[in-house]
Amino acid sequence: MIAVRNITKIYGDKKVVDSVDLDIPKGKIIAFIGSNGAGKSTLISMICRTLKKDDGEVYIDDKELKDWKSNELSKRLSILKQSNFLNIRLTVRELVSFGRFPYSKGRLNDEDIRHIDKALEYMGLKELQNRYLDELSGGQRQMAYIAMVIAQDTEYIFLDEPLNNLDMKHSVKIMKVLKRLVGELGKTIMVVIHDINFVSCYADYVVAMKDGKIIKQGDTCQIIQSGVLYDIYGMNIDVQNYCGKNICLYYS
Amino acid sequence: MEYILKDKKSKKVIILLLLLDIMLIAAFLLPGLTPKNFHFFMPRRITKILAVIIVSYGIGYSSLIFQTVTNNHILTPSVMGLDSLYLFIQTFIIFVAGSQTLSQMIGYKHFIICVGLMIFAACILFLLLFRGSSKNVYFLILTGMIMGSLFNGMATFMQVLLDPNEFAVLQGRMFASFNNINSNLVGISILIIILVCIISVKDLPYLDVLLLGPENAISLGVDYKKLILKTLIICAVLVSVSTALVGPITFLGILIVNLARHMLGTYSHRSLSFGTTFLGILFLTGGLLVTERIFKFETTMSVIINFIGGIYFLYLMLKERKR
Amino acid sequence: MNLKISNLLHRKLFWLIILIAASVYSLTLGVKDFSLLGLFTRNGEDIKLAIISRFPRLISILVTGASLSISGLIMQTITDNKFVSPSTAGTMEWSRFGVMIAIMFFGGEAKLFKMLIAFICSLFGTLIFMQILQTMKFKNAMIVPLVGMMLGNVISAITSFIAYRFDIIQNMSSWLQGNFSLVIKGRYELLYLGIPFLFIAYIYANKLTIAGMGESFSKSLGVNYKAIVLLGMVIVAVITSTVVVTVGSISFVGIIIPNIVSMMMGDNLRNSLPVTALFGALFLLICDMIGRVIIFPYEISISLIVSIVGSIMFLALLFRRKKKWSTS
Repeated sequence: MIAVRNITKIYGDKKVVDSVDLDIPKGKIIAFIGSNGAGKSTLISMICRTLKKDDGEVYIDDKELKDWKSNELSKRLSILKQSNFLNIRLTVRELVSFGRFPYSKGRLNDEDIRHIDKALEYMGLKELQNRYLDELSGGQRQMAYIAMVIAQDTEYIFLDEPLNNLDMKHSVKIMKVLKRLVGELGKTIMVVIHDINFVSCYADYVVAMKDGKIIKQGDTCQIIQSGVLYDIYGMNIDVQNYCGKNICLYYS
Repeated sequence: MEYILKDKKSKKVIILLLLLDIMLIAAFLLPGLTPKNFHFFMPRRITKILAVIIVSYGIGYSSLIFQTVTNNHILTPSVMGLDSLYLFIQTFIIFVAGSQTLSQMIGYKHFIICVGLMIFAACILFLLLFRGSSKNVYFLILTGMIMGSLFNGMATFMQVLLDPNEFAVLQGRMFASFNNINSNLVGISILIIILVCIISVKDLPYLDVLLLGPENAISLGVDYKKLILKTLIICAVLVSVSTALVGPITFLGILIVNLARHMLGTYSHRSLSFGTTFLGILFLTGGLLVTERIFKFETTMSVIINFIGGIYFLYLMLKERKR
Repeated sequence: MNLKISNLLHRKLFWLIILIAASVYSLTLGVKDFSLLGLFTRNGEDIKLAIISRFPRLISILVTGASLSISGLIMQTITDNKFVSPSTAGTMEWSRFGVMIAIMFFGGEAKLFKMLIAFICSLFGTLIFMQILQTMKFKNAMIVPLVGMMLGNVISAITSFIAYRFDIIQNMSSWLQGNFSLVIKGRYELLYLGIPFLFIAYIYANKLTIAGMGESFSKSLGVNYKAIVLLGMVIVAVITSTVVVTVGSISFVGIIIPNIVSMMMGDNLRNSLPVTALFGALFLLICDMIGRVIIFPYEISISLIVSIVGSIMFLALLFRRKKKWSTS
């Protein structure tokens, strides 16, 4: 269980995240939505300790962030940020192996190798496992990074815009895998997504942010509604039911 | 299982380098020895070889981890002006203490004060790295290079102020080279190097993870800031040791780290730290042989190393361009 | 508008007066007794000293300061990068390399000849630098001078390697450090060669400014980009090689002065060229005076003073520019 209390981040005199409280439900895909600069990435970066918070507390399984040992926490919680530029040449398999670092400290045992194989299989990367990352397409590379996170085998997974710059095929593939992770392995996945229709079709729970504050949260069907979306984005969005799914039309 | 195959390849290269090193060292130590001159030549030659080993590890390992921390392949501590800083601190102490005390100060007490100040400087560098939200590496490097030239200038300035007439003599005594190794410091340097090895051996896998970038490293359980601070302090100590022993050799670090990376074909810091050290020994012992036996001291060692290193660097830049 | 221009002129005049005053003062500095009055009372000793040593020194400082800062300005305009100058693009080092070649093969008796080879080398080196810049994948404002400085380091390593091999390192060392104390009549006149090129720079100022905005932009304005860039590089190479051959290499002037002027009055080359020249001359003159006064009667070489004062000012510039970038 992740609980956030009164968390704040200030750049200059602007509060990018302004005393946010949040309880994250377990075993779901939780989507963070909102306009650019609403504070989504900043919020989740602070929750997973990659960014220092200026005020407030984050409790992960009833223990505050600062009381966790970094290594122990990395077995409970993982994060994948949007930009991943590498200065070294790695194969897909090598990258995924890094996911086992919290357990193996660089010396892989049989269990680690089992996890690596499973993660590669999960993402459908078995054939590509010995290819170098810089030879792959953007979508394949993103799949490899997600495989690394799966190999890390943490209960909580944070993904910051995992669909950024990906084509539809890879986007759908990734979202399906996330769904499977939640359904089969009971993970809790927090994800920042801009495409509201992906949120509508795949997320279980939505947290909406505006100007550094959470303005709405609830089950997906409660949030994906014209009136609510107007409050979040400040634009008219038409929501239509199509084959049992809520589809947002905002190309007015 | 390619990564295991790669490990085997790098192991082979490392063993090959080690054998080459042993051959070169033998070629340096043994020729021309007779029972009569043994007592004269042997201790001197061994001092040199010890210095070579210390400097190879000092420059090689510090350059390697420095490149990891700054996420860049063309930076080394000496490019960033850290060895100029050492020379500056050394001069500054003498300047403050007065040149009369020079002869007493040259020993290891002076050295330890310098190392202390270098660690202090590394901490300031660390704070600079993490001050503010923008982490522009190139800004930092440019600042470092300019600082380097500032320190160089100020050091020379102070020497001139000390005594313009004897400035050259002073420079000779203060700034060592391979022909003029500061032998007082060999013992304490070995001690420091062993200590650093023990302290840093546990960091090696963590440094591998650091190659994935700060966020991924934190996600995988690396205590990022602590590791960076520790790494920079180790760099400061190692640069102090090698500069105090033989003076600055600007391009050695770039040369051996990139060559090791190329030859071993791995990112593993464990293999690379062996690879760079052995390559360093190879180049420095080879350089000693060439300068002492072939050119008969007509060229200085650092000039040769900088020449080779410089050309290799140009090659690296042109290769980088093509990619 | 009118007020603004007169204000600016006023300022220029003010700085000019300061420069003249400083020049006069600098004439009186020196180990030998010398009085300005002697010039007017026709004291033979004083006049001789003035003609042989004091005037040549003053003039060479003024010319060097002005031309180095202008060559920096030209390079910054063409590359559109505030941190490029002969000392951060390797031009100085290439020039020294040329001097070394000249000494090695031709003994280095004729200065003009030495300068010619230095010129060819520095032009070649600067063009290589430009070539690398154009093919570089991403041009961070900071990485450009870094590449240049590393290139310079490499060239000077090669230079000292060859110089060591052929035992001309002592011959060389006088070109490694800038020094005005050896400037006397008959040894500095080569510097004048650079002056016409300064005027050419002034005539082509507008075109150079346009070239700095990029190849496609200049084409659409009808400017022959390649020719103008080449012209700029030739000017820079001539100036740098005359300076290196006559007084030695002096760093930082080419960076600091144009930056200060650009902060004061913007980047229109026509306006800033004369002021840059003025400030460069003044800066070098002041540095020279510091070097002569501080451990009188000894002298600290000017390149040392410049490297200390210059690097501090450069750091200040860096931090200032960085602030501007991060806020914009």
